[in-house]
Amino acid sequence: MSEAAIAPLLGSENRGAIVTTERWPVRALLIGVAVVFLLLFLLLPLLAVLVEAFRAGLGAYFRAITEPDALAAVRLTLLVAAIAVPANIVFGLAAAWAIAKFEFKGKSILNSLIDLPFSVSPVIAGLIYVLLFGAQGYFGPYLQSQGIQIVFALPGIVLATIFVTVPFVARELVPLMQEQGTQDEEASLSLGASGWKTFFRVTLPNVKWALLYGVILCNARAMGEFGAVSVVSGHIRGKTNTMPLHVEILYNEYNFAAAFAVASLLALLALVTLFIKVALEWRYAEQISASRRH
Amino acid sequence: MDALVSNAVNYPTESDEWKWDKPVDVSVQNVERRFGDTPALHGISLDIRAGELIALLGPSGSGKTTLLRILAGLDVPNAGRVLFDGEDALRLTVQERNVGLVFQNYALFRHMTVLENIGFGLSVRPRSRRPNRNEIRNRALELLDLVQLTGLEKRYPSQLSGGQRQRVAFARALAIEPRVLLLDEPFGALDAKVRRDLRRWLREIHDRTGHTTVFVTHDQEEALELADRVVVMSEGKIEQVGTPDEVYDQPASPFVFSFIGESNMVPVRVEHGKIWIDDEPLDLAVGDVPSGPARLYFRPHDVEIGDSSPGAIQGQITMQRRHGGSRRLDLDIGAGRGSVEIELPADFSHRTSGAISVRPRRWRLYS
Repeated sequence: MSEAAIAPLLGSENRGAIVTTERWPVRALLIGVAVVFLLLFLLLPLLAVLVEAFRAGLGAYFRAITEPDALAAVRLTLLVAAIAVPANIVFGLAAAWAIAKFEFKGKSILNSLIDLPFSVSPVIAGLIYVLLFGAQGYFGPYLQSQGIQIVFALPGIVLATIFVTVPFVARELVPLMQEQGTQDEEASLSLGASGWKTFFRVTLPNVKWALLYGVILCNARAMGEFGAVSVVSGHIRGKTNTMPLHVEILYNEYNFAAAFAVASLLALLALVTLFIKVALEWRYAEQISASRRH
Repeated sequence: MDALVSNAVNYPTESDEWKWDKPVDVSVQNVERRFGDTPALHGISLDIRAGELIALLGPSGSGKTTLLRILAGLDVPNAGRVLFDGEDALRLTVQERNVGLVFQNYALFRHMTVLENIGFGLSVRPRSRRPNRNEIRNRALELLDLVQLTGLEKRYPSQLSGGQRQRVAFARALAIEPRVLLLDEPFGALDAKVRRDLRRWLREIHDRTGHTTVFVTHDQEEALELADRVVVMSEGKIEQVGTPDEVYDQPASPFVFSFIGESNMVPVRVEHGKIWIDDEPLDLAVGDVPSGPARLYFRPHDVEIGDSSPGAIQGQITMQRRHGGSRRLDLDIGAGRGSVEIELPADFSHRTSGAISVRPRRWRLYS
């Protein structure tokens, strides 16, 4: 009865429509914009990388990625990520824990300091380490006399990468841990669990998805970082060239096919991390939604 | 110390009813707590008897939660002593103290099932005192049965209602064989109906397990209905400790009178052994009270009414309204004394405006 009464007002085709749903032209436009944007700015460049990588044929592709310098770059990139990411996890957890669960002086300073690498240009981050540890830097001469090389060597690259990736894990964890508060930990302690058991069985599981997400982002950045690493690396082929630096050198030598071949490897690494994330989210969908809802 | 804690663990293999340990008594002696310069507790002393269900009642900021956290070992007093069965509890860490804590927001572990939550306290024990998997499971199932949630063991906390979560939190606290149960606003996050049901349920469970139980609440109705004794707190001090009848019928201070139940306050004067409002003496028997200004307290329903009877409080009806099974009248008692509310049977229709006089049947006078 009420429907019949309303129908003349709405016009027949709108009967039963939900008020918060847009009309189809609006919907089509919005979806279209999003799809075109994704195609143009994400998928197309990725395809271009692959097309260029295989332009000179499969043989050239495999030669480019198995060449000793390229393999050295891959090894270095993985090594740097393998050091920087765990360092970031430890720092991120410690910082997020401190900020979320304790009150102390200078807390807001620590909180904004974490964001510093986001606001500082990576080139400057690299220069800082050259200034500190370079041959003409503050500690350079002393370190040299001890036979320790930091700049233009692995330690410098790792330091620069850690600097640039500092915010990733902490930024994911801080808001979540703040929201969760300390009651779960208090409950765990009162039930007799030690501090470590509480951390591993309550705190860590409570933040594991945010932690994983932070690790994935951090890893992607650690492997892809260019600016800061470029300044401290010294570009020694086969020794201090990471993958992004290797790509640049090849490109500057007009060796486009090889440059894109190595670039495709980097892109592949990015896709693999993305795939892992999606797979985990799919596998543990129930747990994730449970941890969000409760 | 270790021996004492482990003493509390004895696993029945196939018994139906769990044999709970003898409850402990708790003694709080001159406990003080300051946060920076702000005192939260001013030298609190309180003796809680073994097996007693006691309520810490007070408005927010009264220090009731601070006291509970000190009992739990989550906070440490600046001075004073806390004894469990005569043994210094402050020397024990949170873990060693073996108290069952239930939080207002339950603090269930969201990534664990109901069964894992309940078994948590047993599963984190050091290996030497840890029951095996099967024992933990059986124990958790027994407790699930005790809190009447059988069948929900595989659920996650997010799949439970508020009342069910509260019961799981309760079972989890009971699983560690606590010496004392501490409940922080246990029903605070639930709606009124569930709250009433759970109150009855908690009382039943308490009577079966016999734990010394301390619960914090700001809800006087809850405290009066549930507790054996009520500790009324205000601004870090204990105002009164007594049975629900005592704190309601013989409030020790104006604060208790006005905080518990509804009350009216009329400023009066005491002279020549009589209570005066202006020049009119009230027909109330005053004992040995020193002369001077005083405050007369009485409950809205504890009154006799009359038509300008001498010796009563004279007022003008300003408003009348129906309130459930009763009728309430607001009276203006004149000359800046504010208003008085009285509660009468709903069928009182004798007078709804004009002058009326009120004589408190039961009342208290505070200087």
